[in-house]
Amino acid sequence: MRHIISVLLENESGALSRVAGLFSARGYNIESLTVAPTDDPTLSRMTIVTSGSDEIVEQITKQLNKLVDVIKLLDLTSYPHIEREMAMVKVRVDEAGDREEVKRLADIFRGRIIDVTHKTYVIEITGEGSKLDAFLQALEPFPVQEVVRSGVMGIARGDVALQV
Amino acid sequence: MSETSASSTVLTGAEIFVRSLQAEGVDLVFGYPGGAVLHIYDALYKQSQVSHVLVRHEQGGIHAAEGYAKSSDKPGVALVTSGPGATNAVTGIADAYMDSVPLVVFTGQVPTSMIGNDAFQEVDTVGITRPCVKHNFLVKDVKDLATTIKKAFYIATTGRPGPVVVDIPKDVTADSCEFEYPESIHMRSYNPKTRGHTGQIRRAIDLILSAKQPMIYTGGGVILGKGSEALTEFTRKLGYPITNTLMGLGAYPASDEQFVGMLGMHGTYEANMGMHHADVLIAIGARFDDRVTGNIEKFCPHAKIVHVDVDPASISKNVKVDVPIVGEVEPVLRELIRALDENGGQPDADALKAWWDQIREWRGQDCLKYDRDSELIKPQFVVQKFWELTGGDAFVTSDVGQHQMWAAQFYGFDKPNRWINSGGLGTMGVGLPFAMGVQLAHPDATVGCITGEASIQMCMQELSTCYQYQLPLKILNLNNRYMGMVRQWQEFFYQGRYAMSYMDALPDFVKLAEAYGHVGIQVDKPGDVEGALKEALAQKDRLVFLDFITDQSENVYPMIPAGAGQNEMILV
Ligand SMILES: Cc1ncc(C[n+]2csc(CCOP(=O)(O)OP(=O)(O)O)c2C)c(N)n1
Ligand SMILES: [Mg+2]
Repeated sequence: MRHIISVLLENESGALSRVAGLFSARGYNIESLTVAPTDDPTLSRMTIVTSGSDEIVEQITKQLNKLVDVIKLLDLTSYPHIEREMAMVKVRVDEAGDREEVKRLADIFRGRIIDVTHKTYVIEITGEGSKLDAFLQALEPFPVQEVVRSGVMGIARGDVALQV
Repeated sequence: MSETSASSTVLTGAEIFVRSLQAEGVDLVFGYPGGAVLHIYDALYKQSQVSHVLVRHEQGGIHAAEGYAKSSDKPGVALVTSGPGATNAVTGIADAYMDSVPLVVFTGQVPTSMIGNDAFQEVDTVGITRPCVKHNFLVKDVKDLATTIKKAFYIATTGRPGPVVVDIPKDVTADSCEFEYPESIHMRSYNPKTRGHTGQIRRAIDLILSAKQPMIYTGGGVILGKGSEALTEFTRKLGYPITNTLMGLGAYPASDEQFVGMLGMHGTYEANMGMHHADVLIAIGARFDDRVTGNIEKFCPHAKIVHVDVDPASISKNVKVDVPIVGEVEPVLRELIRALDENGGQPDADALKAWWDQIREWRGQDCLKYDRDSELIKPQFVVQKFWELTGGDAFVTSDVGQHQMWAAQFYGFDKPNRWINSGGLGTMGVGLPFAMGVQLAHPDATVGCITGEASIQMCMQELSTCYQYQLPLKILNLNNRYMGMVRQWQEFFYQGRYAMSYMDALPDFVKLAEAYGHVGIQVDKPGDVEGALKEALAQKDRLVFLDFITDQSENVYPMIPAGAGQNEMILV
């Protein structure tokens, strides 16, 4: 099963490589990993999307907790939660009619065009990973030049909070 | 330390290093100098509180620090230079990691301004050691040095112990700042659990008392957690059979009736059969290693399992358990004893009697028997004699191979911290440097190193260290002219194709010992074994290297072959 694990860790150099190294050394899957400092600059928050049986995911959370730099973690998948990913897509729109069609698609997916030249658009879109996938699929007939995805971030709904 | 620096609190990094070790109560550092640590060596030179043992290879230094730590209640401390000093230390660090040995290893590093430039003797020590340490640090500012050292000792010695590497660039040892050693340390990201969960303790006791065919299985965690006394009390109260892992030998007295021997690949028949047929398994400070479980699919098919361990990640890692208890072994055992008393229930006496009858029947198999009338020296006989002559009270280190298994099978350890070997990593070469660390921690004790002619050559150079520090080790080289353990597998599983397992062109060990300034004795007749051992033990202040020419064809029995269950042992 797919799991989204949020981790609070010390914002120290090397902390990221400890986590990445743990996943490769123990052969755990890693679908995406995002990390950035939080409002407290001594803390980083990382979101890891992984998959595995219940036993494996239990081991993953235990092994993460065992890392000295890790302060706390939450398997968001065990709670009602919100998941978001952002993508920026560069599409060529120099064929007749493409400008209108691509703009319409972006609107349908609530994307925004954030850069325009006479040849290209850059479209920004956020949502769950599946929405981004659907958008990219919808863009298939058009000459997509570049796709950059942020990887997943997540947060629990309601009272559940991951904090120090 | 110079007068001025002692009176003022502004110190150089090198002085801070030394003062921090003093504050930690470190009396011994194992090390090897080099460019990046010369300021530190200079500061060590100027004081006498912390002694330094000069090894002959950094690997030996780390293993010696391990031996020191494993046999005492203090962490081992080592100091090596950057680059090759650090890479030579890696095997020892990995060994300590696998066996959870509390170690603080200081590595020199090139100056901060040169890091990342492929400078002379630069390696990314933090990167190289990351997967085999409990934690590591690169100290970038002298102001962080004292706190980092405090953290390193705290992390290495608490929770599940392990090695911590502190990488110190040369400029940090030259820079100076105010020195104050923190009295205590709090880390928001690291709070190992000590006491067990009360509800779980009660559930465990209910399950334990419901057992008809119980087995207590304990590992190195009991020794590391100083839980031996509590374990003995708990086990005697219950009257249940107990088995120890290779790393856990000595946690329960081997001479006691309730002890059924070591379990696992070369464990006893009665221990492994007992495991296989157990209905309740009480696992304490053990980690269900594959050398213990055999084929995991066939492991303890009937048992409900209680597992006590300080490391939550060890619980339900290989085998799903029914009652997990996270906490330090000693306090948890005390809580278990208390809960047992409060419960007031008793084990099922009839069931237990029947169970013991069954175990005695398995014991009757005499699975460790060997030919006592052989014309050739049987390695088991040498170990048994050594046990007899030392009253079972020596410290014994070993290397890796058949001799290690015979040492574990035939030297009955009645006390913890006496049996020092490499279980997790299985590192050939550890025996001699382990023994040095043990002897330095226990200057008056008898320290034996049971080794093989292949293993001993992997850290042979340390014989020179032994001479410098006058360490009167007794080295028992069970010389079968083979990498015996490899040969045994080739005999059993590769139709006797002995690829590269023959030790050709062996040195003359007697002359070699003598060349290093020690006493060497070769023994090739069974009748001379006892006399030679006695002579070695009588030479109280000399290292004696006993080269026993043993039966080449001897194999370690019994054995659980790969893929088999614990009830599928190959017997003699
Ligand atoms: C550093 C290292 N290299 C290789 C091995 C694999 N290995 C395990 S036992 C063994 C042979 C050991 O021979 P010896 O020391 O003579 O002991 P014996 O088995 O003959 O008693 C080897 C090569 C190892 N454990 N460690
Ligand atoms: Mg050999």
